[in-house]
Amino acid sequence: MNTATLHPGSSPASASAAAPGRRGELLSQTWYMTQRQLVAIVRQPVVVVITLVQPVIWLFLFGSLFRKVVELPGFGAGSYLDYLVPGVVVMSAVSSNMWAGMGVLEEIERGTLNRFLITPVSRAALMNASVVQQGLSTALQSVVIILLGKAGGAHYPGGPGGLVLLVVGSVLLGTVFGAFSTALGMLVRQRESIIGINTFLLLPLTFLSSAFMARDLMPSWMRHVADFNPVNWALVAGRSAMSADPDGSLVLTRGGALLALALAAVWLSTRTLGSYQKAV
Amino acid sequence: MSTHPPAVAARDLVKTYPGEIKALDGMSVTVAPGTVFGLLGPNGAGKSTTVKILTTLARPDSGSALVAGHDALRHPDRVRRAIGVVAQRSGADPVATGRENLLLQGHLYGMRGAALTRRVDELLDRFALSDAGRRKVSTYSGGMQRRLDVALGLVHRPDVLFLDEPTTGLDPEARTAMWAEIARLAGDDGLTILLTTHYLDEADRLAGRIAIVDRGRVVAEGTPEALKGELHGDAVHVELRDAPDPVDAQLLRAAVETFAGVREVEVDGRRISARADDGPAAVPHVLAALEREGAAVAAVTVARPSLDDVYLRYAGRRFAEADGGAEAGRGGGADPEPRQDADARSAAEAATGSAASRTSAAATPGDAR
Repeated sequence: MNTATLHPGSSPASASAAAPGRRGELLSQTWYMTQRQLVAIVRQPVVVVITLVQPVIWLFLFGSLFRKVVELPGFGAGSYLDYLVPGVVVMSAVSSNMWAGMGVLEEIERGTLNRFLITPVSRAALMNASVVQQGLSTALQSVVIILLGKAGGAHYPGGPGGLVLLVVGSVLLGTVFGAFSTALGMLVRQRESIIGINTFLLLPLTFLSSAFMARDLMPSWMRHVADFNPVNWALVAGRSAMSADPDGSLVLTRGGALLALALAAVWLSTRTLGSYQKAV
Repeated sequence: MSTHPPAVAARDLVKTYPGEIKALDGMSVTVAPGTVFGLLGPNGAGKSTTVKILTTLARPDSGSALVAGHDALRHPDRVRRAIGVVAQRSGADPVATGRENLLLQGHLYGMRGAALTRRVDELLDRFALSDAGRRKVSTYSGGMQRRLDVALGLVHRPDVLFLDEPTTGLDPEARTAMWAEIARLAGDDGLTILLTTHYLDEADRLAGRIAIVDRGRVVAEGTPEALKGELHGDAVHVELRDAPDPVDAQLLRAAVETFAGVREVEVDGRRISARADDGPAAVPHVLAALEREGAAVAAVTVARPSLDDVYLRYAGRRFAEADGGAEAGRGGGADPEPRQDADARSAAEAATGSAASRTSAAATPGDAR
């Protein structure tokens, strides 16, 4: 029997030895928590397949359905697929991240979140891990869509630099929705609410943007609404960066707004963790 | 005991949840180091809320909590390093393996490398999970998951271990195994354990001291034996071969009542029931008196008071009743998380559990010889 090693009062010596300062600890804790989430995703291949197949369907469906809209005067793009790829990248970033709250709910119900909150792990590491994992997933998903588009004959005149900016934009947008969904999950603690809000938001947010239709061809009220739609910010920044002649100020302002919103959303979801703990 | 500061000292904890639900109403608990302390009470009594506060998960509205020498309200980080917690719900990651769960838990406490690996192997071995260590937790049985939960609480070698209803939802076999494991942790390893349960027999069997919790307060505290002893009286039942006529019945009652410590004698048909300070000691005298009166005895039973009786006395209601009633009235609100269907079942089990402890303490004269 190995009970001799379980002395009461013997503090975890290695715990204090391996504490190279708070920042280092935060980084390593974030790494371990991120790793846990990534492993969980990889072990649920159904989820991976769905998140990758859905954009393919959108690419194919919308690509076929709206093939001829480029012929409309004033659309301003040579091939609809060229136009569509950033639209699907951005829409997929929104739709996959807005389910983050479901994962949080599951962790709450299973008792996993409480288990972590009782350990010395920092709250920031818990939240950052979700942000990092969601960001990596969104980036991978975006890259796959870009490659599929390329395989289908899409052109990316802005080159790799423009594509990288599109991916960054979609990651930031995904962070916004992921963090809001996480906060919502901790606050309402109900699957139905998350499902309801997501189905309510996804299509209006997508269609009140230039995802599938050129801005100049939208009704004027829609154009004005779209100006305040973060989904559209990601599209405007991404499309401009991908074009042969990128508009730096457009990319910077929209990208900056997205970054600010993403930071605010992550801050909010970290705050929500505090209010969750008050209700425990 | 007096030379060591208590491992847990909670004073006057009050906690109100949104909606004016008072989960704790002046809760005070003191646990001596190296002992097993049981918080016993029905659902919604405030046991889990107490554990959540002591384990730094929740904050009280008022009161103080000292755990492993640290102030849980002012220095939650210090308390966290010194305690291990096995919560009601597993909390283990189902898509990760048992080993991965343990490794991550160790990492969160700052443990690294070979020392952590050794510790994880040791725990897997100790909790009979070595073979299952590389399997996903989702494939584990209820008993295996619960053992993993306890192992997770022990990775960093805590001084104080909190077990919140450790056997709820386990089948009888797994429950017995868990009891043995808890007893071992307390005995061989000298851990301080604070255990909550709504199984009367579980508290009776594992805890050196018990606090009976009702409506957010401790209503009685002591060793299980002392609590039961305070009831002053085992129930003594005598069954006669023939029912006496009313005159004889009065004589029999008088004859039985002559002994010190025997009271509340009732004669009802063939049955005579009485309360006795020391049931087993009273039996020979009672039998001798009845023999002198010429009454032939068919059977004698002595029932020690159960914790159910204790609960009835201090909380003013039957345990199973309180357990059921708490669900509708307070339980749902005091614990904002959805509860499992296990509650109705466990209330019934609590009732049968106490019945079982009664019958096990009963003896017929034939058995005694």
